[in-house]
Amino acid sequence: MSAWSVTEPSRASKWVAGLLVVLYTCITLLPLVWIISTSFKSGPDSISYPPKILFQPSLEGYVNLFTTRTRIAAEDFAALPPPETWYDRIVRDQGMVIAGQSRFGERFLNSVIIGFGSTFLSIFLGTLAAYAFSRFKVPLKDDLLFFILSTRMMPPIAVAIPIYLMYRELGLSDTHLGMILLYTAVNISLAVWLLKGFIDEIPREYEEAALIDGYTRFQAFRKVVLPQAATGIASTAIFCLIFAWNEYAFAVLLTSGNAQTAPPFIPTIIGVGGQDWPAVAAGATLFLLPVMIFTILLRKHLLRGITFGAVRK
Amino acid sequence: MPNPLEAAARATPAPLARRVRGLSDRAIAWIFVAPTILLLLAINIFPLIWTVRLSFTNYAANRPNREVEWVGLRNYSRILTDDGIWANMQTTAHFLVWTILLQVVLGFTLAWLINRKFRGNDLLTTLIVLPMMLSPAVVGNFWTFLYQPQIGLVNYAVELVTGIPASSFSMLGPGGLAKWSIIIVDTWMWTPFVMLICLAGLRSIPDYIYEAAEVDRASKWRQFWTITVPMVLPFLMLAVLFRGIENFKMFDMVVLLTGGGPGNETLLASIDLKREAFEKWRTGYSSAYAIILFVTVFGLASIYVKALNKVKER
Repeated sequence: MSAWSVTEPSRASKWVAGLLVVLYTCITLLPLVWIISTSFKSGPDSISYPPKILFQPSLEGYVNLFTTRTRIAAEDFAALPPPETWYDRIVRDQGMVIAGQSRFGERFLNSVIIGFGSTFLSIFLGTLAAYAFSRFKVPLKDDLLFFILSTRMMPPIAVAIPIYLMYRELGLSDTHLGMILLYTAVNISLAVWLLKGFIDEIPREYEEAALIDGYTRFQAFRKVVLPQAATGIASTAIFCLIFAWNEYAFAVLLTSGNAQTAPPFIPTIIGVGGQDWPAVAAGATLFLLPVMIFTILLRKHLLRGITFGAVRK
Repeated sequence: MPNPLEAAARATPAPLARRVRGLSDRAIAWIFVAPTILLLLAINIFPLIWTVRLSFTNYAANRPNREVEWVGLRNYSRILTDDGIWANMQTTAHFLVWTILLQVVLGFTLAWLINRKFRGNDLLTTLIVLPMMLSPAVVGNFWTFLYQPQIGLVNYAVELVTGIPASSFSMLGPGGLAKWSIIIVDTWMWTPFVMLICLAGLRSIPDYIYEAAEVDRASKWRQFWTITVPMVLPFLMLAVLFRGIENFKMFDMVVLLTGGGPGNETLLASIDLKREAFEKWRTGYSSAYAIILFVTVFGLASIYVKALNKVKER
């Protein structure tokens, strides 16, 4: 942009705008900073008033997140040998002993399995469908595309009732496979729409050249279109992954023990007399941090994806 | 690349060639589209039809052995004449109107400021976007901590800024603040979404329009109202549509913040629906409830899309 352009904002207006946006950013990030800082506080520090900004960092929250603890009688407690490990010591300092492992690790692993499983499936099916919609004459194409989109308008609870009944019949309730299929069904509408946009942008001439060279349609799809669409596929995959990672309503209604993901689990972390806030904050931090890092690292693709989905009808 | 198979394929008549070279385009199209359609039919449409069927019965999912009776439209008439449900609809409407209003004002303002293209604007955009990427349930749960009466960060900040004593009010307790507390969290989370779409709108306006306006000596104020606003409006309306649909369905964040309370002050329609379906186990009744909600969203969205298309045509 040239210096004398009339559309270039003045230096002063840039400064003012910049300051206001920085101010908003600080306010909006405060809750996130607070989650992370609370995860490193001790129990009493986390609920002190006025809220502590400077505090002695502690791993109590993380230790409590991964363990279950019990109180034992005072004389037994005094008779215990000195703590062997650093996490033993942290639990002892709270006047308790470790009783076992908590289920956070399992829940987190479930989130990973279901998240990646459903993302892979939505991208696999979505890419095929998007390619067909983009390149071939599919009968009733517009109706099918609208149908795919309209499935997103249903409130999750409305679909959850019959899915609950259906899964109960099929033995899919509280299984990884059931959740993967469900999240795939939710994600696939977005995947098809986003991917169709990306594939539309790849010139048809590339494939036609490949076909003339003797490739079959399928080979042309695999060797010409897929590499060209790789960026689009990657950013769509991130969206699907984030949705499955964050989903709560279906997870809380359709899973209980075996296949429960982390979002319904974290709010149930309780300590003595209510929620154990440092442990909740530690769980939230471990759960949210990967998404934050992803967002910052992949910002270019993500930001394009969000507006892309919206701007293309 | 010549290979014997290809040479044979070129020499043979068309239908046979196709069989040698692979499937026809038409077959490929069907093979590619079918799995997606089947999956959606199995996990979206079939359940929806089932919900419609259940909505005419008195079925209860926790008592599968009880005989199911057809009750006709009784579930529907009971819902539509229930004062409690109308109150929930009003709560939902209050939540919808205020979240959308605040997000549009804040989102557009932010986009307009970021579009000044100051240094570092892309980094700030990314940081602002963070809240909307996070799990609403986990975030909602954590906000209950920020909203704790007496010790919460929010109460502390209010005392610091306005001097109102922190112990004199409770964001999630009785006193009428809870319905604003959920609006604050939703606005915090989703303003970035409206902002990004507005930003896309602002960036789609070509510079030459402003240059032409400048030549015509239109004031900045006039340029804003006659160029910027009308050009961004279709984008903004699209953002409102998405937020409207999402917030009508709102469940996770609010259920963890307030669970519908205190009393029924923040009992949004979908939270009430969850109670009827999965706590009171009135499956038939709640199916009718679900259908009414779905028809409402679908109807409102269709009317809105018509309006949106009119704006786009202008």
